[in-house]
Amino acid sequence: MTVQDAATLRARRQWPMPKQAVPGAPLLEVEDLSVRFRMPGGPSVKAVDGVSFRLEDGEAMGLAGESGCGKTTTALSLVRLLPANGRISSGSVRLFGIDLVPKTERQMARYRWREISMVFQGAMNALNPVKRVGDQIAEPIEIRLGQPRGAAQKRAAELLDLVGIPEKRASAYPHELSGGMRQRAMIAMALACDPALVIGDEPTTALDVMVQAQILALLERLRRDLGLSLMLITHDLSVIAETCDRVMIMYAGRVAEEGPVRRLFSAPRHPYTAKLLSSFPNIRADRRTLDTIPGSPPDLRKPPPGCRFAPRCAHAMPVCTEEAPTEVRFADGVRVACHLFPPGAQGVVASGVAASGIGGGLVRAAALPSAGGRP
Amino acid sequence: MSGRYLLQKLARAVLTIIVIVLLNFLLFRAMPGSPARIASHHPGVTQAAIDQLAARWGLDKPLIPDQLVAYVNATLTGDFGLSYQFRGEPVTEVIGDRFWPTMILIGLGELFAIIIGLALGAYAGWRRGSAVDRVGGGISLVLYSMPYFVIGMPLIIVFAAGLGWFPTSGMFDAGATYASGLDQLLDFAHHLVLPLTTVTLGLVGAYSILMRSAIMETRSEDYITTARAKGLTDGRVLRTHAFPNALLPMVTIIAIDLGYVVAGAITAEVVFNWPGIGTLTVDALQARDYPVLQGIFLLLSFTVVLANLVADLVYGFLDPRVRV
Ligand SMILES: Nc1ncnc2c1ncn2[C@@H]1O[C@H](COP(=O)(O)OP(=O)(O)OP(=O)(O)O)[C@@H](O)[C@H]1O
Ligand code: SF4
Ligand SMILES: [Mg+2]
Repeated sequence: MTVQDAATLRARRQWPMPKQAVPGAPLLEVEDLSVRFRMPGGPSVKAVDGVSFRLEDGEAMGLAGESGCGKTTTALSLVRLLPANGRISSGSVRLFGIDLVPKTERQMARYRWREISMVFQGAMNALNPVKRVGDQIAEPIEIRLGQPRGAAQKRAAELLDLVGIPEKRASAYPHELSGGMRQRAMIAMALACDPALVIGDEPTTALDVMVQAQILALLERLRRDLGLSLMLITHDLSVIAETCDRVMIMYAGRVAEEGPVRRLFSAPRHPYTAKLLSSFPNIRADRRTLDTIPGSPPDLRKPPPGCRFAPRCAHAMPVCTEEAPTEVRFADGVRVACHLFPPGAQGVVASGVAASGIGGGLVRAAALPSAGGRP
Repeated sequence: MSGRYLLQKLARAVLTIIVIVLLNFLLFRAMPGSPARIASHHPGVTQAAIDQLAARWGLDKPLIPDQLVAYVNATLTGDFGLSYQFRGEPVTEVIGDRFWPTMILIGLGELFAIIIGLALGAYAGWRRGSAVDRVGGGISLVLYSMPYFVIGMPLIIVFAAGLGWFPTSGMFDAGATYASGLDQLLDFAHHLVLPLTTVTLGLVGAYSILMRSAIMETRSEDYITTARAKGLTDGRVLRTHAFPNALLPMVTIIAIDLGYVVAGAITAEVVFNWPGIGTLTVDALQARDYPVLQGIFLLLSFTVVLANLVADLVYGFLDPRVRV
């Protein structure tokens, strides 16, 4: 993805870029993000610890990892919607080059939904049970974009049509729709302000397989047609393989490995990625070959020193329990944090947290042809 | 709201009222001594009146069906008999005279308490730990624990007896003549201030405490996160998303409360000698005015049933999930 490509994609959007946007800056650049949850009378939960990644305009990134590894927390910190006891303790979240972390609540609200919108798991609870679906979709159009009520309602109906719900269902209440329809309505709502990035947090988890496939096909289509960027959180690695350009694997609040989907899934480097892939059920795979990862993720109130995966890792070395591995980046765009790949190892082109910054981006841009195949 | 839901709730209300009427019949018949004998203990009641009473209620005939039929007939036609205490005035008139003062006092008190309580509770629950929450929460708890007379007495001592701003009791100045209807209304309002304040303060604590917890419960719902993710202002999320949902459990609570409006009015009315159902109940109890008590009992039961019916209907209107 070149800067020009991104610019054309942005030009397709109905609304201008945020005023303070830095020209040429990537859509999203997260650097060294850490999130703590205060716990009553005890150590806080270090749910996200030094996470860095970037997302170009129009790109789709998958986010995977065991339950509790910090996927939702990472996503919620992008729009600063953490639960009341959660706080971003360090790092930056730059949207078009604008750092959102120091913004006041009021300033922050300007970026929500217009730039980054979300589709949550289980739309039954994510939609307000006492408001009509059409009104809930029209609400941000009216309030955030300042459109008159009639126009907002009309646009809401169009959006429903776009996601495959008959316009007359706009007057339905959430409980009157099926699970799949609710999720579609949720997607229509996420598109209401024509955002640059849509985050889907397990958007299909509660749905049956057929409906899941429909919803994913819809997301894929919308992404292509509208030039959306997508961050897709899911436990289903095959979904990521089908929908995303890049994938980030998290373990216990840290990035284990990140890179182009094909590279990462065909040749995982991090032992955790390898385990995750081999433990993922594959229709063609023989049941006996299905692997499990022994043990369970560490307690994030007092994470082990060194590599957090060490207690469960078959390749663990003495250094693993003493020092946290540094992230290294390979020429093919894959980023790994594991002592098996120390800085200076073969193929490593950059190392350290800064690698995820501008420099890392340039490296990846050079190595991208394998991932750039997807529009 | 569907017709079926409406019909269901109506049928339930009617059924409940039938049961209450029957219960009322049995209860007052089951009391020791015949109604005639109780009446005869009353100095103001003559033998002729007792005979008339016995004939009217068929007291010489068997309980079922004759007495029951006579009773149901009378009840249906709004005939609850004659008061012992008020020289044979019909019970309906005695109660009717006292009904409106109570409705105005308690009705307005409930209205103010609901508006203030819900607003205060919603704000406190939304801004948990804020100054409003702490101060408001403390005051609510204190008020909640205070019976009407504990609230009313200091008000009388300070604002009526002390400062002399308001009258100490009653609904109008004794023996006053009014130049116009407006004058009379002003005098009424003047008398109403303290009792109304007492009732409002007495009710507001509970509503605010309950609303606070209802709002706190909705705060953690996913749709609130959605609303915030939409970039709506905090106040807007509270007003248009949290409040309507938190209101649902409150409707039931308020309705149950409204049902006990009249019962709850007793102490407030006695403190201010307000001529409503509350003071009438006390008078009737002291005078063993059974026909009046029976009438009040029916009225109280009706208000409970009616309040519940209204709650069901309002709930059905507010919550689309029960409209199916
Ligand atoms: N409000 C909170 N207070 C304390 N700890 C929390 C809170 N929310 C999340 N956590 C903890 O933070 C860690 C990350 O949680 P998060 O919900 O981000 O995980 P996840 O990867 O989204 O998991 P899942 O796949 O189950 O959705 C977990 O250990 C969780 O227990
Ligand atoms: S750093 Fe060590 S323990 Fe951690 S994944 Fe790599 S080899 Fe395993
Ligand atoms: Mg999650």
